[in-house]
Formats: sequence, C-alpha cells, structure tokens
Amino acid sequence: MSGASRRKGIALAATGAVVLSLGLAACGGDDEGSEDGKITLTVATFNEFGYEDLLEEYMDLNPDIKVVQKKLGTWEEHRDNLYTKLAAGSGLSDIEAIEGDGMPAILEEADAFTDLSDSEVDGRWLDWKQAAGTSADGKLIGYGTDIGPEGICYRADLFEKAGLPTDRAEVAPLFADWDTYFATGQEFIKKLPDTAWYDSSKGTSQAMINQLEFPFETADNEVVATTNPEVKEVFDTVTSMQAAGLATNLDQWSNDWVAAFQNDGFATMACPGWMLGIIEGNAAGVTGWDIADAFPGGGGNWGGSFLTVPAQSEHPDEAKALANWLTAPEQQIKAFEAKNTFPSQVEALSDPALLEATNAFFNDAPTGEILSNRAQAVTVQPYKGPKYADIIAAFQAAILRVDEGQETPDEAWDSFTADVERIG
Amino acid sequence: MSSHPPTAPAGEVPSSTSPAGPARSEEPLPQATTPVPPGLTWRQRLSRIDVRFSPYLYISPFFLLFLVIGMFPLIYTGYVSVHEWSLIGGKGEFVGLDNYRAVFEDRYFWRALRNTVSIFLLSSVPQVILALIIAGLLDTQLRARTFWRMSILVPFVVAPAAVTLIFGNLFGDRYGLINSAIGVIGIDPVAWHVDTLASHIAIASMVNWRWTGYNALILLAAMQAVPRDLYESAALDGAGKVRQFRSITIPMIRPTVIFVIITSTIGGLQIFTEARLFDNVGLGGSDRQWQTVTLYLWELGWRLRNLGMASAVAWLLFLFIVMFALVNLLLSRRIGGGGKS
Repeated sequence: MSGASRRKGIALAATGAVVLSLGLAACGGDDEGSEDGKITLTVATFNEFGYEDLLEEYMDLNPDIKVVQKKLGTWEEHRDNLYTKLAAGSGLSDIEAIEGDGMPAILEEADAFTDLSDSEVDGRWLDWKQAAGTSADGKLIGYGTDIGPEGICYRADLFEKAGLPTDRAEVAPLFADWDTYFATGQEFIKKLPDTAWYDSSKGTSQAMINQLEFPFETADNEVVATTNPEVKEVFDTVTSMQAAGLATNLDQWSNDWVAAFQNDGFATMACPGWMLGIIEGNAAGVTGWDIADAFPGGGGNWGGSFLTVPAQSEHPDEAKALANWLTAPEQQIKAFEAKNTFPSQVEALSDPALLEATNAFFNDAPTGEILSNRAQAVTVQPYKGPKYADIIAAFQAAILRVDEGQETPDEAWDSFTADVERIG
Repeated sequence: MSSHPPTAPAGEVPSSTSPAGPARSEEPLPQATTPVPPGLTWRQRLSRIDVRFSPYLYISPFFLLFLVIGMFPLIYTGYVSVHEWSLIGGKGEFVGLDNYRAVFEDRYFWRALRNTVSIFLLSSVPQVILALIIAGLLDTQLRARTFWRMSILVPFVVAPAAVTLIFGNLFGDRYGLINSAIGVIGIDPVAWHVDTLASHIAIASMVNWRWTGYNALILLAAMQAVPRDLYESAALDGAGKVRQFRSITIPMIRPTVIFVIITSTIGGLQIFTEARLFDNVGLGGSDRQWQTVTLYLWELGWRLRNLGMASAVAWLLFLFIVMFALVNLLLSRRIGGGGKS
C-alpha cells in the first residue's frame, strides 16, 4: 500500500494548495458597461448615507446618466473590499465612500484617486473637514459628506431614580468637563449600583482621544502613541474609572452591548449624530432617552465620511460631478432628513431644515440645533496619520483587556506598547 | 482476514477491462486469431499508447486547471513572501526570508498557532466521532429515514455568517442564552469572549454544528455499501450492535473515514469565518484569544496591509496543514486495521 499512500500524500498536498490559494486569489472585478448611450456610474457606500432618494433625483436631472448604488453593512467590510480592489487595480466603483478614520491611509495612496480640487467647492466644508480630505501635496481627494459632532445622550428616567436633574438644560452643566462627568457618575452608581455610568470604555476613550491634537502620530507621521503623556492620561483615566465601576465592561458594538440598551445597562454615552439612530434601534421600547447640548471638554467629533473618485474610474468627470452634487449643502440636508447624517458643509449648518429638526425618541429634543451647536464647539481635530486606525484599535483592545479583567492597567499598557511596536 | 475495502484503489484500473477505445472498435482486427507477434504494426503501437496514456489525458483537465488556479497562486504566494509587499503599493524590495523571520518573532503568530490547534482539536475530533455515531444510527431501519437523513444536512446549507449571528446570541457573556440557562441551575456565567478555552469551545461548536451532519452523510453513504450479510453472520456469531459497528462497519468504511478525517483536518486548520465574526472587531479578541492562523494572515494582509508577511504565513500554514494531514493519515490508517495493511 505504500505506493497508494504516496499518491494520497500528493493528492493531499494538492488539495491543501488549492484550498489555501483560493483564499488569496479570491478577488474579482465587475465591469459596468454603458447601454443605449447612457453612462453608468456606480456609488459604493457602507452603513447609511441616506442617498437612495437623492440618486433617483440625480437620474431625473441627468437623463443620460444611470447611477447604481452598492451598499455594504459596515465600513470594515467596505474597506476590505476597497483595499483588495485597489491592490488588484480594477473593480472599484466610480465613487467610493471612505470613513473618516480610514481617510489618512487613503491619502497615503493619493495617486490611486482623482484630484477633486475645484474652485466651486473650495470652502464648502468646515475647515478641518476639508483638511482631512486633502493629501499632503494639496490634492483634494475626498469630498466631505457628514460629520459626527458629539453630545451626551442620557437616560432621564434613570437620572431621576438617582436623584439627578433630568431636564436637558439642567443636565448640561454635569457634562461640562470630564472631571464633573466622572464625579457625577460616581454619585450615580452609588444610587443605582446595577447600572453603569457609561456604555463602554471604548466609546469614552474614543471621545477623549478625539480631543487630542496629535494623539498617536506627529505631523511627520512619527508614531508617538506610547510616549505621548496625553494618551497615557486618557488610558489612566479610563482604566481608573473602570476600576471605580463606571464602565459596563462591555465591548462596544458587541451583542452584550446591544442587549445592555434593553437592560438598563448604563445611563449615558458619547453621542455623535449618527449614534441617535443606533440608540433608537437598540433601545426600541425604552423610554427616557434624551440628549444634552454639552460635551465634556468642549466639543468632539466622532466619525463622518468622504466621497472619493478612484483613478480606476472610466468616467472620472461624471463621477466628480455626481460627488460634487451629492455633497452640496442642499443635498446633504436631504440626507440628514433621511438618515440623520449630520452635514459637514458650512452653509448647511445654518439651514432652517437642520436647525428645526427634532427627534421624538429623544424626548422631542431639538437635535438639529443641539448637534449644530456641538459642531461649532469642535475646536480640536486629532491629527490622524496612516497608522491611526491600527493604533486606536490596539489602544481600545488594551482598555478592553482591563475591562475584561485579563490584565491589570500596567500590563495592558505594556502589551499596548508592544502592539504599537509591532504595527511599526 | 484482510480488511481491504471491496473497491479497487482509484487509478489502478486493470488494462484488461478497458480495451475498447473508439478508434479500436472500427478496426477489422486482422490478427485477432494469432498471438501478438514481436514486431508490432504502428496501429498496434498506437492502440497500446492509447490504452496506456489516454486515462492521463482524460484526467488532465483537472490538473491543468489546478496548475492555473492552484499551483500558480501557490508559487506566486511564495514569490510575494520573499519581498516587501504592500497591499496597495505592491511589490517592494527583495528581502529573502525576513518576512518569515518577522512572523516567527511575532508573539501573535504563536498564539494563533496555539488557537488553531486547540480549535481544530475541539472541532474535528468530536465532529468525526459524532458523525460516525449519527451515521451508524441512521444506517438502521428508521421510520421516515429520508427525513432524518436530510435533516442532518440542514445546518450545512445555512450560511456561516448566519450561524455566527445565531450563536452570537447563545454565547453572549452577559445576556447570552446559554449563560441565562446555566444561571437558572446556579452555574456561574462563562466569559465566552474573554476566557481562551471558552472562546475556543464556542467557535468549535459553531464549526461542529455546521459540519457534523455533512460528514455524517458521507459516512452514511459508505455504510450503505457494506454488504448486509456480513452483519447477519456476525449476528449469528453473537456479535452485538456495538461490536458489529466496531468490527464490521468501521473497518469496511475505512477509506471514507480517512477521507473525512483528512478533509476535516484541512478545514479545521483553516477556520476563519466563525472566528472572524465571533466579535465585531474581527481580530480574535482583545488578547487574540481566538485568533486563528487564517485570521492572523488576514490581519497582516488586510489590516496591516503587509502582503509579504501574510504570504509567508500562507506558506507556513500550507506546510503545517500538509504535515498535520500526513500525521492524521498515518494515524487513521490504523483504524480497525490494527496497522497491518
């Protein structure tokens, strides 16, 4: 039987090779042809951009253009697809949406994208938003869509039980700075020990990191994550508040985190505009949510995206025109009305349709006005270099290890240091 | 008695049973009555060549295809692995074995290897044993046999991502169904997403849920081919059901068992989806508790955008799987045969 087993060995090796190589080879492209003289443009987005009706409208305005939207569930999936096709050199859509935290890495590959600079759009966005879409050599790679100005969302009903004020004007001073916010939290958990003060260490630390000017990298993209005292301070604060019992110890976005909305798991959370819809979805049936026009340490921005036109596009001019139209203030207001994506365009911030918007789930809070105020309170935008996304993932994993009780804060910081070295 | 299966090993087709190629049947066969002379006509030579080499021609499409979609990527991956290679930027400098060295020096590689072996053992071993038992039970005279047989395949047609969603609700650390259930009988909740072994068990159970039925069906098909009179004579000799299963069924279906063991080894060492979707970050936990080698490869290639190192991992994983498969082959050849064959 030795002959037979050798053959089997070879067959095995062959099978292994096929199975393995399929994984690396699996990437494909899809071509959009033009039918009856029409140009077909594809727009790839993730999560909810609120573009469905707008794209219909654009096709009505431009009868010779057909727009097809490709939606993916999350930025991570979208990014994996984007990188694979960037690497392959084909298969990308004419317009690709990019999440704010992913933009620095994209700017590194600016050559793979069309320069969208245009005198018509210059100054359309908040300064820091436009800067975040501009490459080092001054090319405008991304047109800003939305931003994520943060307020604090809170459970007024739980506040009442804990003897805290419930009215959003009276609550706001409690969220004026981080010390007061955490001190209030310590009062709160004394009264309601089964409920945490905030939703996750991840969300809170992200909010604090977003207020640092150069958290992980210098302007020259030198990685300083582990030597920056401000980062260490955020780490120490968040882990000590965890020790004090303010955190849920849950991983943000996990099933348990989602379930905590239904179980009075926590009373407050950092709340960018796009989070309102997520809270409403997770907390369906829970009454008492409200949003305060305040954020510890002034303002903070979390998230917000861009539209880019890959150099691969066969119709870069038409794609640019569409991206221009979609990110114009009038259209972004409509996207806000559809999916709460808060506009990044200066003109849109004073639009009555925005300012008059209220949200029934959040106790009829004037969310448009509150978020507009929050956007104007944003004074610092963190500099995000190409390694930003990888480093913050390692940072949050370190904090989660403390939450989970796997490591002491000191151990977690050491392993974070090792992780950053590994990222390079 | 030898435990050889009744079927002939593939590829060893005796030439006497396949004389009739189409080209041959048209011949008048003039020398059919005389013994073959030492000097052959060219037609005879042709037909000999036909008989000898045609089978290889017929199976060549697979190997040609394999060359293109299997061998080429494999070799190309090797080429990438000795270069600095960014996912987007493409090829950089030739760096020799530096990528391999970097992989060996990365503590997460060793952790991924540990996790992979652990999840593999927790999935493949119970999977094959369970599949054998289920197949053995289904190989009896049940009512509505087809219904039961098809039912065990249902988990297989559910997409792994959907499986992960369902199991995500079962294996919640705080509000999961399993922890709620064991809480009722006073057992402490299990930290499925924190504790290393618990996370491996959770992932292995997803894998097993999906593949056990599939393997059981393959084993069942083999069991159906076992001649029934063997059981009758064994029963006459006083062998019980368990003894029959051990002494007749398993030896008779040995090639299929080996096939199932090898395929589940290959699959078990490449677990990705279940681990990737076990949390929302996708890196295998805050401390890489359940990061498998494939997930590690994916992190290097698509998160850190270092295709050079990712390719080195791909090659290491390939060698690792071949090694494991060979060990398993040697071990599983002893099944029921006492290692004699």
